[in-house]
Amino acid sequence: MNAPLSSDVSPRLAPARSRRSGFQTERLLVIDPQGGRFADHRIAELPRFLRRQDLLVLNDAATLPASLWAEPALELRLMAEEDDGSFWAVSFGAGDWRLPTEARGTPRALRSGEFLRFSAALGATIVERDTREPRWVRLRFSLTGASLYQALYAAGKPIQYAYLERPLALWDVQNGYAARPVAFELPSAGRPLTFTTLFELERRGVTLARVTHAAGISSTGSASLDARLPLPERYDIGSDASAELARTRSAGGRVIAAGTSVVRALEGAVAAHGVPQAGTNVTDLLLSARTRPRVVDGLLTGLHDADTTHFALMEAFAPRALLLRALAHAARAGYVQHEFGDSCLVLAGALGP
Amino acid sequence: MKFTGQSALVTGASRGLGRALSEQLARAGARVVAVARAREELDAVVAGIRERGGEAHALSYDIGDKQAIYPLAGAAAALVGPIDLLVHNASSLGPTPLRLLLDTECEDFSAVLETNLLGPFRLSRVLGGSMALRKRGCIVHITSDASVNAYPTWGAYSVSKAALDHLTRLWAAELGERDVRVLSVDPGEMATRMHADALPDADPNTLADPQAVAGQILGLLSDPRIQNGARVEAQTWRAA
Repeated sequence: MNAPLSSDVSPRLAPARSRRSGFQTERLLVIDPQGGRFADHRIAELPRFLRRQDLLVLNDAATLPASLWAEPALELRLMAEEDDGSFWAVSFGAGDWRLPTEARGTPRALRSGEFLRFSAALGATIVERDTREPRWVRLRFSLTGASLYQALYAAGKPIQYAYLERPLALWDVQNGYAARPVAFELPSAGRPLTFTTLFELERRGVTLARVTHAAGISSTGSASLDARLPLPERYDIGSDASAELARTRSAGGRVIAAGTSVVRALEGAVAAHGVPQAGTNVTDLLLSARTRPRVVDGLLTGLHDADTTHFALMEAFAPRALLLRALAHAARAGYVQHEFGDSCLVLAGALGP
Repeated sequence: MKFTGQSALVTGASRGLGRALSEQLARAGARVVAVARAREELDAVVAGIRERGGEAHALSYDIGDKQAIYPLAGAAAALVGPIDLLVHNASSLGPTPLRLLLDTECEDFSAVLETNLLGPFRLSRVLGGSMALRKRGCIVHITSDASVNAYPTWGAYSVSKAALDHLTRLWAAELGERDVRVLSVDPGEMATRMHADALPDADPNTLADPQAVAGQILGLLSDPRIQNGARVEAQTWRAA
């Protein structure tokens, strides 16, 4: 889900209510800002729209079990890790995952220095409270290293979404190529990408590259908190990805980001360093209609309503009027949205001259 | 050192061959995640590696438990990064003394396959995607001569290892183009607790030392003469 921005201006898309099992059959709305057109396809057809020398960049962050319960009416959701190993978290009160975040009870106040226990093995001390928002706290776990991760995976669950039929298990929120668990919610653009599709892209001369971006949480249930999202996020660009980006540029290929987190990492790196150089950094870049991407040419992403930050980011790649027309069509045509929904590809020239 | 900069995950690492492999990988510079059910034995192995200046982390999981796979994969990558070398060494004989197929409970047969075959498949599936994307990685299935010989009473174990050998070939066929290497390695008979459980009357002095076999395995992993997907006998392998 994505934080709402303003009042609605287009038909609502229905949410995908479950993790779907239709192999390769999910829908792909291809939007071509150059031709001002869009067309209905299936995700399995993605390779048709990319060409030799293109680079598809994936976010290979695995998703942490970032939801921890300290008390029956006190949930903490991890949302960012600091260099010193402490985590920022946001608290939620009474209610379970079936309740939309905005309908959850107000959690009790947390004190700095207070110790919370999540399981017999795992606890954490509150080391800081946000000056403006009592629900934002920084915590330090009672364990480190292997003990911490073993206990965190035992006590934590993936952050849940109220629109789903069933609670998510850890395996529901991992992409097939994920490795280091630094994302707090699923980088969902990669979810419909099967290895069948990825290997077909490679056979056609498309190069695959990866960044690791610590995608943060999408919804806090509070308008004032949501307005501060996304938080600055950590990303890592490997030397292999950096070299592929440079090679793609010089060969005249296009860079397609699988997900807004990839856009944020690559454009954040360019904003900070002029080029998407290798290294680990933090970016607070926000993209919108006023931003011109400097390294990313196209975007493969999910579908979200027009009043979301996700839509605002898409406006960096295509005119608002075209996106609104495409979204209205998608709603009428039965596309579904959110983390387990259908996909869209925004790429100039995708639909030909 | 030969494995400097590499991350390795070894299952069944609390004793025997798994322990020896963990120790030697760490000595050769790898960042090692050692996995086994037995917490205390595992902690002792990791403590020993660290005392000698190596990097190792102990994760206590049962590879035969489906629920353990994603937590294990996530925790391992959190500790050492994407896994480069995955050694499926953990395995179960099933109930001992070993018994005829006609005396084997179906549930016991099934449990052996969970640990010896499905567990390795599940874990490779989770870690192999990153290897395929990074075009880098090696998966080793520790097999047995019971995979190619039909010894009476070795039923479930034998079947699981035969299937594992073929799983090796299939992984190699699908991932070979992406520079992911997958091998079956038969360590031969070793003086281990598992061997004593299976064949209590064997003379340990006639059996190989798991440390020596582990050294052979680390050597053969980088032998370009060995084809991807091959089944290799560790004790008879010789460096070029």
